[in-house]
Amino acid sequence: MNEKVIEVHNLVKKFGSFVANDHLNFDVYKGEIFGFLGANGAGKTTAMKILCGLSSPTSGEVKVAGFDIYKETEKVKRNIGYMSQKFSLYEDLTIAENIRFFSGIYGISPKDRKAKQEILLKNLDIESAKDSLVGSLPLGWKQKLAFSVAIFHDPKIVFLDEPTGGVDPITRRKFWDLIYEASDRGITVFVTTHYMDEAEYCNRVSIMNEGRIEALDTTENLKKQYVAKNMDEVFLKIARNTE
Amino acid sequence: MKQFLGFLRKEFLHIFRDPRTMIIIFGIPVVQLMLFGKVISTDIQNAKIAILDQSHDNTTREISSKLLSSGYFVLGQELLPGDNVEDVFRQGKVKMIVTFGPEFEHNLERDGKADVQLLADASDPNTARILTNYASGIINDYVKKEKLQNIQLPDQINVEVRMLYNEGLKSVYMFVPGIMAMILMLISAMMTSISISKEKEMGTMEVLLASPLKPIQIVLGKVTPYLLLSFINALTIILLGVFVFGVPIKGSFLLLMGEAFLFILMALSLGILISTVAPNQMVAMFISLLGLMLPTILLSGFIFPIQNMPLPLRIVSNILPPRWFIVIIRNIMLKGTGIQYIWKETMVLIFMAFTFIALSIKNFKIRLE
Amino acid sequence: MKTLFYVLQKEFIQVKRNKVMLRMIIMIPIVQMLVLVFAATYDLKNVNVFLVDQDLSSTSRKLASKIDASPFFTINNTSFNPEDGENEILNNRDDMVLVIPKDFERNLMREDKANLQLLVNAIDGQSAQIGYSYAASVIGGFNKDIIADWKGLPEFKPPYQINTVSRFWYNSELEYKWYMAPGVLALLVTLIGLNLSSTSLVKEKEDGTIEQLNVTPIRKIQFLAGKLIPFIVIALFDLSFGLFLARMVFNLPIVGNLGLVFGFGVLYLVGILGLGLFISTVADTQQQVMFVTFFFMMIFILMSGIFTPVESMPQWAQTIDQINPVYHFMRVLRMVVLKGSHFGDLIHEFVALSILGFTFLTLALKRYRKTA
Repeated sequence: MNEKVIEVHNLVKKFGSFVANDHLNFDVYKGEIFGFLGANGAGKTTAMKILCGLSSPTSGEVKVAGFDIYKETEKVKRNIGYMSQKFSLYEDLTIAENIRFFSGIYGISPKDRKAKQEILLKNLDIESAKDSLVGSLPLGWKQKLAFSVAIFHDPKIVFLDEPTGGVDPITRRKFWDLIYEASDRGITVFVTTHYMDEAEYCNRVSIMNEGRIEALDTTENLKKQYVAKNMDEVFLKIARNTE
Repeated sequence: MKQFLGFLRKEFLHIFRDPRTMIIIFGIPVVQLMLFGKVISTDIQNAKIAILDQSHDNTTREISSKLLSSGYFVLGQELLPGDNVEDVFRQGKVKMIVTFGPEFEHNLERDGKADVQLLADASDPNTARILTNYASGIINDYVKKEKLQNIQLPDQINVEVRMLYNEGLKSVYMFVPGIMAMILMLISAMMTSISISKEKEMGTMEVLLASPLKPIQIVLGKVTPYLLLSFINALTIILLGVFVFGVPIKGSFLLLMGEAFLFILMALSLGILISTVAPNQMVAMFISLLGLMLPTILLSGFIFPIQNMPLPLRIVSNILPPRWFIVIIRNIMLKGTGIQYIWKETMVLIFMAFTFIALSIKNFKIRLE
Repeated sequence: MKTLFYVLQKEFIQVKRNKVMLRMIIMIPIVQMLVLVFAATYDLKNVNVFLVDQDLSSTSRKLASKIDASPFFTINNTSFNPEDGENEILNNRDDMVLVIPKDFERNLMREDKANLQLLVNAIDGQSAQIGYSYAASVIGGFNKDIIADWKGLPEFKPPYQINTVSRFWYNSELEYKWYMAPGVLALLVTLIGLNLSSTSLVKEKEDGTIEQLNVTPIRKIQFLAGKLIPFIVIALFDLSFGLFLARMVFNLPIVGNLGLVFGFGVLYLVGILGLGLFISTVADTQQQVMFVTFFFMMIFILMSGIFTPVESMPQWAQTIDQINPVYHFMRVLRMVVLKGSHFGDLIHEFVALSILGFTFLTLALKRYRKTA
């Protein structure tokens, strides 16, 4: 269980002269729920996009799912799932059509797809909406759906970019239940968020500030280290330190 | 007042900092003028023809050389009797085939008449008609001068024709007013509507409305830069037309600029009106392009004469402001008339401007409530 | 390649669900065929002629009524004074003034010749030329009638006479709409294809679904094919619809092989849509894409020969036109539809369109990056 699924060594990403990611170093282990925290603009999304193969690093070594992000980008993509901030599913397609499309790209056969689809719909309790347009669904449903589609092809790692943005706290909690289920199935979860309370749900977290990782450990250890009651305090102390 | 000037300055900066706006405002007029002045034309010259000469005598050779030295025709292909005429047309190699039958000169001397066949590719009927006319004219001329030695035929009606206002029949004379109308519509109406819609879309319009600036100042601020730019453009187009393409200004320059100013005002108010109904930039652009530009190009008399169009289209043409503006400009520049001849058209433009302004104010008031 | 199937399936469903797009697909051909083709015509219909008859003889009156009887001319007003005529033109009420001077009839009888003056508003040079040639032929016909009447001979025969016999192939009625229709069809196909394809791409960018796609193992060419193939199909559908309308409304003859038309249509659209996609990959914002595309297409379309013949353009412009796909396609359409040209007649266009299509498509492929 100590297999590394993500290895990042001295990752640098510059936009012109602005350094968005400044020599990041971290590893993520198989089966972890890894929280990638930081304030808005800290560089989280930039780093995540690099890990997903959506953007290329300025320098540094990056390996995802055992593949080199520079040379084997397409192989990486076969093995990962992604859920963007916008919950990007096709609003003018039904749930079933969205699933059919995305699973088709990953090469899942129609027979397998139908079976998995049934399980998914039951799990999320949205069987009745199978042929409804995604655009007509409430935000909470879209969120669950986007996540389920992201892991439909059983990827090794799933990347979630601010998955709970704009959603009420109860729905947020329920969403994390889904994340736990995925983790139990052996999928590594890499999630970015600026909600510090969600950090408690993760195995380990890293805290980014102005392009650098200021802390990286389990939430327990961090609270001890910074003498804080919760992760919010930890974050505030770190932010103040770097001023 | 100071606030207004500050706002005005911001608007100017918006425009100058946006490269694509600059391209549209300065690039497009120049490109259009170039296209319509130097490239697009209806003048027929150096048309490729083929000659099928089954006689090869002096007369046929003389006629052929007269045709080919006229400047209208160029030899595309020399045809031999066995050649298939159809092939030549289907390959699109020539536009007309001039055919002389066998023993042409002999027949002419003996019977006093002979036939020349002009086969024209009428897939382009206009060109076909003009080419056959040119060819007939040249051949008739030849007969009169060479064979008849200009002997006087009885009872001849001689038509003396004067082509007024454009002796050289240059198509650019017709196009320049239309280009002006189109460009001014583009800049004044479309750009204004996009600029205001953009503020609405980005939400900054509400910020402006909440500021100490009065609504009228906001509108004026948005509109003034485009007013100035349109004016500069109108001037540029006229100057380029005059100095590069030789289009004359026979009438009063002041009147010309006055009418241009009126048209710009009308177009600006139309732009404002569009922005009151369009929820965002894209829609504003769409309405402007499809609802303004396209009809302007097609139905305003810019390229195609209005009187040839079927009645329903002529009616539509009457509600297009550019249609009236083009008449005004052509009158002033090419016919050299004063206001007495164009007061009707001017009144139409004034009326349209008033209507658009009134409608815009009404819409603005509704929105503010 | 199964992925391609899923991609196409999704694209077609999206089009089906897009009511605005569907309306455009039906309405635009109708509007273009009906409005554009009818508007863009040089068929002379109605020239207002002002008559200045200073002779007031039976001959002059006969001439006037012959002109008025012609379908092309209408004599609205007459006067004694030529200046009134010029005034009418200045007032934009008439476009031609016919001046029959005093002693017209007498001169014709006694001196064997007489003069007429025709003043033509030549601002629109083409219409002026056409109008003048019609007037000249009406007057010429009148002349012949007079000679027949007076001399009692069927026709005076000069010692030498060369008759020019004109025959108009492919369009004997000189119906200008037949010339415009293929041009408008090419325009139609271009607008529909470009518009739908770029709208679809823009939507994916704005909704964020393009990012979702870039994260999957989908291949560039599969994605781009999804933005090309469905819209090529739709554009070709509109092409047939437009042809059908043209046939119904103004009897456009379709002489050549429709298969050729569609084949070239595919080739052409691959190039044009490829160019559109390439522009999308190069520009930063959607507005930029629209403007750049509009700019280029405007130039391409105006130079394509849709309204004015390419042969009238200066030589250097005609050379530039070689890289204008619209020009080549329009030529193909006109040649196949009106003249029945075969593939062998169109080799030049085929090569040009192939090179252009391949170039634009390759450029789009190379520039499109799944990884920014």
